[in-house]
Formats: sequence, C-alpha cells, structure tokens
Amino acid sequence: MTSSRPSGLAPQAGWGKRLNRTLGQLVLELLVISTLNGVLFGMLLFLMASGLTVIFSMLGVLNFAHASFYMLGAFFGFQISRWFGFWPALLIAPLLAGAVGAGVERYGLRRVHKNGHVAELLFTFGLAFVIEEVVQIIWGKSPVDFRVPPLLDFPAFTIFSTNYPAYKMFMLLVSIAIFVGLLLVLKKTRIGLIVQAALTHPHMVGHLGHNVGRIFMLVFGVGTALAAVAGVIAGPALVTQSNMAGLLGPILFVVVVVGGLGSLPGAFVASLLIGLVQTFAVSMNGSLSGAFGPLSPAYEATWLADIWGVTIAQIAPIMPYLLMVLILIFRPMGLLGTRDT
Amino acid sequence: MSEITASVAPPLPAAAEKLRFYASWLAAAIVLLLLPKIFTSGGSMTTFSLIGISIIFSLSYNILLGQTGMLSFGHAVYYGLGGFLAIHSMNIIAADKLAIPLPVIPLIGGLTGLLFAALLGWVSTQRSGTAFAMISLGVGELIASSALILRTFFGGEAGVSANRTKLLKLFGWSFGPQIQIYYLVAAWTLIAVVAMYALTRTPLGRMCNAVRDNPERVQFVGYNPHVVRYLAFCFAGFFAGIAGALAAINFEIANSAYLGAVQSGTVLFATYIGGIGFFIGPIVGAIFVTFLSLGLSDLTQVWQLYFGLIFIAVVTFAPGGITGLLMMHRPLVKAGTLARLLPSYLIALLPTLAMIAGLVLSIETIVHYTVNPGDDPHIRAFGVGFDAASPYVWALAALLLIGGFLAARRTWTWVGHAWDDATSAARDKGFAA
Repeated sequence: MTSSRPSGLAPQAGWGKRLNRTLGQLVLELLVISTLNGVLFGMLLFLMASGLTVIFSMLGVLNFAHASFYMLGAFFGFQISRWFGFWPALLIAPLLAGAVGAGVERYGLRRVHKNGHVAELLFTFGLAFVIEEVVQIIWGKSPVDFRVPPLLDFPAFTIFSTNYPAYKMFMLLVSIAIFVGLLLVLKKTRIGLIVQAALTHPHMVGHLGHNVGRIFMLVFGVGTALAAVAGVIAGPALVTQSNMAGLLGPILFVVVVVGGLGSLPGAFVASLLIGLVQTFAVSMNGSLSGAFGPLSPAYEATWLADIWGVTIAQIAPIMPYLLMVLILIFRPMGLLGTRDT
Repeated sequence: MSEITASVAPPLPAAAEKLRFYASWLAAAIVLLLLPKIFTSGGSMTTFSLIGISIIFSLSYNILLGQTGMLSFGHAVYYGLGGFLAIHSMNIIAADKLAIPLPVIPLIGGLTGLLFAALLGWVSTQRSGTAFAMISLGVGELIASSALILRTFFGGEAGVSANRTKLLKLFGWSFGPQIQIYYLVAAWTLIAVVAMYALTRTPLGRMCNAVRDNPERVQFVGYNPHVVRYLAFCFAGFFAGIAGALAAINFEIANSAYLGAVQSGTVLFATYIGGIGFFIGPIVGAIFVTFLSLGLSDLTQVWQLYFGLIFIAVVTFAPGGITGLLMMHRPLVKAGTLARLLPSYLIALLPTLAMIAGLVLSIETIVHYTVNPGDDPHIRAFGVGFDAASPYVWALAALLLIGGFLAARRTWTWVGHAWDDATSAARDKGFAA
C-alpha cells in the first residue's frame, strides 16, 4: 500500500547499531528520507488522481476502475519487460492500457450513459471486479517477479548510512516530468484549452462544434494511460500483485474527495498531503502507552488496551480515511472543491 | 381546498384490493412455514437461511439506493458491526446466565447498526450522488481497517465465535439444529420485510423518493434533504444490523470479512441485479445471487468472473434489473399484445445462447492454459466435458462467439421493432407503457 514501508522503517531497524550518532542526525535522516518517499508516493497518487479528476469533470462519471488500469499497467509492464526489456515496456504498456481504456469508453460507458450516472459508476465498479478476476486468471494470485532494471539498480546517494535507491529517484523524476508535461499541455495548447473548457462547461464545448464523443474517448484513454504509467514505474518498487488495485483504489478516491471532486489543483494538494501523511505515519513508533506510560492492569484485558498500545505506524493505513472524515466535517466540498456533486 | 386534496390523494383502496394485499402477506408466511416440509435436507435449510439473511440485507440496502438514491459502497459496516455485537452479547449472556433468549439477539444487532449509522451517517449523508458513494467507500475502509487493529474486540483475522445453544431456551428450543435457525431467520425476515414495506408507505418513505428525484424541490417544500437522507441512512443501518446479527447466529462466528468491501459489493450486486425500481426487486436479487454464488462455484473454477460479467451485462442492457425487465412487459400482458413479441424473442434467443456458449468455452479454455496448464486437457465446465487442447474446440468457440455475436446483433434489432410494434398496439388499447 505504501511505497515507503521498507526504507521508512529502516532507521528504526538499525537503531541499536547507530547509538553513537546524535538524535539530531537521526531526526534529520528521518525527515529527509520520509519527505522524499512522501513526495514520491504523492506524485504517484497524482499521476492517477489527475486522470481520474479530468475524466470525472468531463464525463461526470467517477471511474471506479481507475486503479485497475494502474494494475493493468503494472502487469502489462511486467510481461513486456520480460519479452523486450523495461524501457520498451515503459512506453508500450501505458499505450496498451490506454487503448483498453479508450475501448471501454467507446463500447461500454457510452452505451451505459443513457441509463444514468449510477449505472455508469456501477459499470466501472463491475469492470474493476472483472479486471481483477482476469488478472488473477492470467498472472495468478501471488506477486510476480517484476524487477528494477539493472541500469537503475544502484544507490543514488547515501544520507547518514541509509542508501536511497536510484530507481526511486527515477520514479520521482518521471512523475514530475509527466506532471510538468501535463501542465504545459493543459495551459499552452489548444487541446488543453478545450479540455479546460470542458472541465467547467462541458455542454458549451459541445455547442461550439467540437466532437465531444471523440474528446471523451481521448481523455479517457489518456487518463487511463497515465494511471498505467504509474503502474509500470511503481510495479518494480512495490509489489505487483492482483490485489494492488483493491489496495490503492480506496486511497485514490480519498484523494479526489479530500481535494474536492473535479478540482485538479485540489487533487495535487491532496495527493501530496496524503502521500506525506502516510509516509511520516509509518516511520513513527509513538503510542498512547509510550506517551502516558503503560495502562493500569485493571484494563489490561479490555478493548481499551488495543487503543492504548497501538502505534502511529500501525494506524498509518487508516490515516487517509481519518483525514477524509475530518475534512468532510469541516469542509464538505473538499480542500479546493467548488462543485456540489 | 377539499376538492384539491381529493384529487391529489389517491383513492382509498377497495375492500377486494385490501384483501388481496393482506392475503399475499399471509401466503408468504405460509410458504415460509411450509418450505422445510417440502425441502427436508439440511443443506437446503442452510441455503434458505442464507437467502433470508440476504433478503433483509438487500432490502435494507435498497432503502439507500432504490428509495433515496444513495449509492453506498460501505453498507457492510452496519451489517458487520451488528454481527459482532450479536456475538459479543451472546457470549456475555451465556457467561452471566441472563434471561435473554436467542430470538431477541437480532434486535441487539439492529440497534447496533442504528447506533453506528446515527454516528457515521451525519457526515456521510452531507452530500449525495458520487460524493456520497466515495465517502461511504472511505468510511467502509476506515471501519474495516480499524477492525484489524482493534484485535481484542474484533478478534483479529480469526474473528470472534460464540455458542448459540448456551442461551436461555424458549419453548424447549435450543436453536442447535439448522431447522430451528431457519424458522428464526424466516420469522425475522417476514418481520423485517413487512417493516421495510411499511416504511416505504410512510410520509418519510415518500420524502425519500422525493429527495432521490429532485432534492432542490424538496428544499422548496420546506424539508431538509440532508435530514431525510440521514433518517433513511439510519433505518438502512438498523435493518442491516438485524441481517448481520442473523448471519452471526447462523455461522456462530463474526470476523472482519463481515465488514469488508467484498460484503458491501455483494449486497450491491444482489440489489442491483434484482432491480432497484421495485420493492420486490432486492428480494428477487437476493434469491438469485445466493443460488448463483452457491451453484456457480460448483460448476466452474472462475465463477467470480462470470459473476462480474453478469453484473456488467445487467448494468448495460437491463438497468432495471430482473424485476425491471419483467415489469416492462406488464402493459403488454394486460393489453394481450405480448404474443407479437414472443416469436422475435425466440429467434433472438438462439444466437444469444450460442454467443454465451462460445464465450464460456473460450474462457474455460484460457483458464485451463493459464491457471492449471499441467492438468489433463479434458475438462468439465457447467457439467459439459470437452477437450481444451483440441483445435476443433477452439474453432467451435471462435465460431460460436463471433457468429453468435453478429447474428445476435441482427436479431435484437428485430426484437426492438417487435417491441415498438407491441407497445404502440398496447397504447392504442389504453395501456400506457
């Protein structure tokens, strides 16, 4: 679920060996590594959330199967890198997944559109279910051996004896490059202009004579291809397994709700926020018993002991959901959201 | 003024209609009583119990989706919490020898569901539509993940178990044998179904429909849609809790799977496949999906794939579900023009079945090569044996799939013409579709 678990926990694993170093160095190391990992996870989330947001704004349907395209990207990438190597896979797998996505829009969603938004959302829900089953049938339930390419399999730099892998830097660079490219396309090109217009006034764009159907198909294809890019680059670093969509999907939807449905800047802020929150949470070992001392023996056997003894690292998986509930209580629109539904 | 009320309010039902209404409930009760006399095996008792639980759960889900227009991806939270509280209270009652019999336990589950729906519902129902769907998903994940962290209460991955026979005996019933559990489930199912039907006829039930159709106008009339959604959510939580408690009693265990996304997805499947537009839809869906999941898993290895494909097919081609499809034909039956439609159905059925057979054949062949490539290629799926290694089988699968698809597309346009023909004839006779 998190990209940060191994290296995020590393400082604690080697705690005993490094007693000779000062606490300040350890905190600094933790801060640097966790920030890097957090930004990386956040950028990966944004690669997916951006496509999801644009698709939602234009088609009015939240693509429940978006995380499934991320998974398809990872598995296509795995298969293609087996046949032709990693670099062709980085290019071909997103194109393939994007083509699948465009096909889904053209032959599935467009037909369901007349049955209403609930039917569209449920169609993508069923699709997510089917994609997971198909992936299980083809690649099995256990994780596949998707390796980091040898070219990038070395430590990029060392901070206070912790090696930071070059592949993670590569992931960060790719996601930032795509982010900048997306920004340029959206802000500087004519297609970007139409997409931007369609975000807020989809009907007007249709009235102006653009082929809205083709734009929809294109946007859906590009959005799912972006998710697949995230899948290909995340596959070797994380676990490539048939449940990866089910694990990441809910967090992705939390990102869009926290950022505000249909808001691209909101999705960006929320992605980074959730990436950082989760990464910092897994590297913290504090608990209530650590802060206030052990629980009195009278309550030892009750369920209070669970809450008392749980560490922040253990509740990291539920942090995004807690954040979402808090945001909804204080700002139901989401951080930067404007639209009501 | 009184004239306006008289023209707006529906006329009071005639005595005969009332009689028919109560007779149908009575008939349902008699059928539930007689079922164990017809199907006597223990296996069918288990199946019927599962169906009863699924009916309550699906109907409670339809209070949200069908009546109030809220698509929830986290309804299993209230089902699961009801189940857990039922198990814990059974253990406490047995340990302290309290004078509480087993049939009351589902009420505890229901109140738990109500309590948590009341707690979590206010935040969840602030917004409707897609935002609500995502929020329900997030809240569902929050509770399901918390269940794995709070191990003492939720029992970790193993769950918490209880012994249902240790409670106070009622009329000499120990509730050990499955048949007694069946009667318990059947009684609660009948009570819950009647209660949920009654709910749809109350002013609140009508306001729920109004909130589903046009929340803005509900505000104009002076109601707060948020409050209406919240109340519907609480009722749905209550009945889901009853279903969860019954499931816990039936299995004598509650584990974190009760709360999870799979459970939420299953109830959504059942409700939608049955049809959300009619009260009876989720009942049909619960029966259909329970039989499907029990039956398909015997017939094929990848039954979940077929399950998903059936769901997609229903969403795409029959958004009204099974009951929606059947009810579409009601004006035609009344007008007597259904006969014009039947021949085209029969013609369309043949290539459609051929296409499905081709699809199944291809899927099973692919499954043979990817999942268990080392096995004997003579495989059986859906009770039919064939050789997955034979090129003839591959050719047959491709022929059935492609040929069936092309032919089916042609024949279904004929069905469309026949449909238009039959409905316009029915409309001429005064039966509006």
